Amino acid sequence: MGVIYIVVPLALIVVAAAVWAFVWATNRGQFDDLDTPAVRVLTDDEGREKP
Amino acid sequence: MAFADRATLTTGAVARAAVSCTHCGLEVPSGLVDDGATRQFCCTGCRTAYEILHEHGLDQYYRFGERREEAVRPSGRTYEEFDHDAFHALYVRRHPDGTAQVELYLEGVHCASCVWLVERVPLLLPGVGGAELDIRRSLARVVWDPSALPLSRVACMLDSLGYPPHPFRGVKRDEVRRHEDRAMLVRIGVAGAIAGNIMLAAFALYAGWMGGMEHEWQVFFRWLSLLLVTPALLWPGRVFFAGAWAALRTRTLHMDVPIALGLGVGYLQGAVNTMRDAGPIYFDGLALLIFLLLVGRYLQQRGQRAAADGAELLYSLTPSTARVADDTGAVREIPAEALLPGMTLDVRPGETLAADGVVTRGRSQIDAALLTGESRPASAAEGDVVYAGTVNLSAPLRVRVEQAGESSRVAKILQQVEESARRRAPVVETANRMAAWFVGAVLVLAGITFVIWEFRAPGTAVDNAIALLIVTCPCALALSTPLAVSMAIGRAARSGIFIKGGDAVESLARPGVVFLDKTGTITEGRTALVEWVGPAWVKPLVLALETDATHPVAAGFRDAWAGMPAPVVDDVRHVPGGGVTGRVDGHTVSVGSPRFVREHAPSDASVDALLGRLDTARTPVLVAVDGAVVGAAAFGDPVRADAGPAVGALRARGWEVRVLSGDAQAVVDAVGRALDLPRTACLGGASPEEKRRVVERAHGERSVVMVGDGVNDAAAMAAATVGVGVHGGAEACLATADVYLTRPGLDALVDLVRGAERTMHVIRRNLAFSLVYNVIGAGLAMAGRIDPLVAALLMPASSLTVVISSWQARTFGRRN
Repeated sequence: MGVIYIVVPLALIVVAAAVWAFVWATNRGQFDDLDTPAVRVLTDDEGREKP
Repeated sequence: MAFADRATLTTGAVARAAVSCTHCGLEVPSGLVDDGATRQFCCTGCRTAYEILHEHGLDQYYRFGERREEAVRPSGRTYEEFDHDAFHALYVRRHPDGTAQVELYLEGVHCASCVWLVERVPLLLPGVGGAELDIRRSLARVVWDPSALPLSRVACMLDSLGYPPHPFRGVKRDEVRRHEDRAMLVRIGVAGAIAGNIMLAAFALYAGWMGGMEHEWQVFFRWLSLLLVTPALLWPGRVFFAGAWAALRTRTLHMDVPIALGLGVGYLQGAVNTMRDAGPIYFDGLALLIFLLLVGRYLQQRGQRAAADGAELLYSLTPSTARVADDTGAVREIPAEALLPGMTLDVRPGETLAADGVVTRGRSQIDAALLTGESRPASAAEGDVVYAGTVNLSAPLRVRVEQAGESSRVAKILQQVEESARRRAPVVETANRMAAWFVGAVLVLAGITFVIWEFRAPGTAVDNAIALLIVTCPCALALSTPLAVSMAIGRAARSGIFIKGGDAVESLARPGVVFLDKTGTITEGRTALVEWVGPAWVKPLVLALETDATHPVAAGFRDAWAGMPAPVVDDVRHVPGGGVTGRVDGHTVSVGSPRFVREHAPSDASVDALLGRLDTARTPVLVAVDGAVVGAAAFGDPVRADAGPAVGALRARGWEVRVLSGDAQAVVDAVGRALDLPRTACLGGASPEEKRRVVERAHGERSVVMVGDGVNDAAAMAAATVGVGVHGGAEACLATADVYLTRPGLDALVDLVRGAERTMHVIRRNLAFSLVYNVIGAGLAMAGRIDPLVAALLMPASSLTVVISSWQARTFGRRN
């Protein structure tokens, strides 16, 4: 059972990484507009690059 | 305006099967149908839009399942003010790499196809670096190279696709809010992550209580929980302590005080118990509570923000610049913010006035629909007062500024809108208050349980206290309302009803007073032939005369008698403000106002008899053939076919229905009679300010609902408990509405009320269930009948029941 002393801190590190990633994404504006990307993804195929 | 466009284009009235426009999908007026062509257009706007898309290989647009069904009506403005230094100084941000960025508010943005168009088409212009649209707020961010391309070109391009742009006025405040929103989201994310992980540790502990666990691991997981909950309290949970501290310093009692107290006491007790290695810890519950409270606050803030956003977008619709003439007659352009009373404005036809003032030179027609809701243009001459936000239609005007900026009438209405939006009672507060009491009660009960069992059977005291804490987890309680509301909002959206906030659902479920705007809400909002008195042989003669006329009355005749063959006309003469006269089949025919026709048929005595038979609330039109009056027609705005049944259904549900309109009292009374409403329930001639006052006075115990479609209704809609915007309403009015009906007619309003009632029923059912569950669970735990493991299994069961109950409920949707 001693493995818990390794696994739990490891899990905490993973959590810390996930929280950091979330904070980073939020500050980059990934969650500013939650409606438009939902409709944009349906149409993102041809012709997006400048002609 | 719509009539005029349609009428100019309709040249021959011959009945055909309906042809739909290639661009917008609406029916093409019969006169515009191009036989043999594969592509048909309902107006030149749609044709231009199609050509732009086709030329650049963007035909993919036409493969969208959901497209904007609205004819493209470019404003024809040049947008030269977009290139001015003053404009750039106010709204444009320069990037270090030489590019510039501007946020534009676009009218007419609705769906996925709009996003596609707005983000792609500007890229066709050399110099545009990117365009991004926020569909919820209709804001487009455009990045371009100012040295390669003037912004007015981009603006014209958007305009020709049917999205007239306006500079967004709230950029600075927007920046502050974005930071607030992000900080809030980060707090929620951190609290959620911590709560989830503490729950894992808690499950290990609960299993340990049951199946036996070595003391070493117990201590480890208790300390782990303490380690995890500390940052949750110090970072996301700090807002509650800060709020409570601020409240205590100002000696007021705020919702944060009991929450902070509960969190603080729970944490300290848990920490002490961890250190002395005995007694329950509350950490999983505390972390979850912080998370849920933050989520609730976030949702509430978003709802309030939607209302404030609406007012700001409304402000963006008023002009951003104005042309000022000085004493020498030279004209220069300045930002609207710099206007001062006493300056002289130069207003060209088609422009929107930037300030309130008095006409000093010129004579023109003014469209004041924004302020008054009156669809007919009013004339303005020297000495007349004109208002900001109204549109100058026909001739250039000079206007001496009396009130500008914040003190103009339209700005005051917008301030009222914002004020009313702020004052609204938020529902989530109630949930927060309940949560605080709930936590307190649970902690007290747990303490009692522990003490009682400590005396009766010391070994089981901790188990029973823990079981109580688990079984009364507030998950189901916290879920019951938001889940039912969000499910209902989703279902409503699928049936064409867009609800912006949960509190609207709550208010609509209780019968109250509903105010209906007349034009466009109860009526169809167009001029139509409602009554005809006269022989049938006159009809083709009238139609022949009216074939080429642009007047709404002419369009009304054509719509009513479509498909009838029209003979050839000679020598047609239009008299503005009077009527039309000409020779048809050898007869002299005159059609027009009673005064005009009497001039052509002077000796006829039957005119008065005919006029007497017409409803006074209508516009009368007479027809004379060879000097004798032979027919009379009444024109009006017809009441929608579904208005009567819808009003009846609302009244049957206990709602008091009233009509509130800017139109003349006689017209409003006529509509009231058609709907079988008492005269006292119909108020006409109401200005936007008066509408707001009437709505405010109606407030009391009952909820007040305002249904409207124009900016003149916006203040009243914001002052009402719930503002409902109807199909085809003005952009600005939709921005302030809590609910927007995309289906035409009042039928959708009845569906809305019925759906709201059903949703509240589901909420009550959920709340009752979770409360009963918790009370029974708490009772059993206190009686020592549940051990922690059974409690841990029962906890998700209650949440699941609430989820299923919300999910299967038929709240909104088609009636069976």
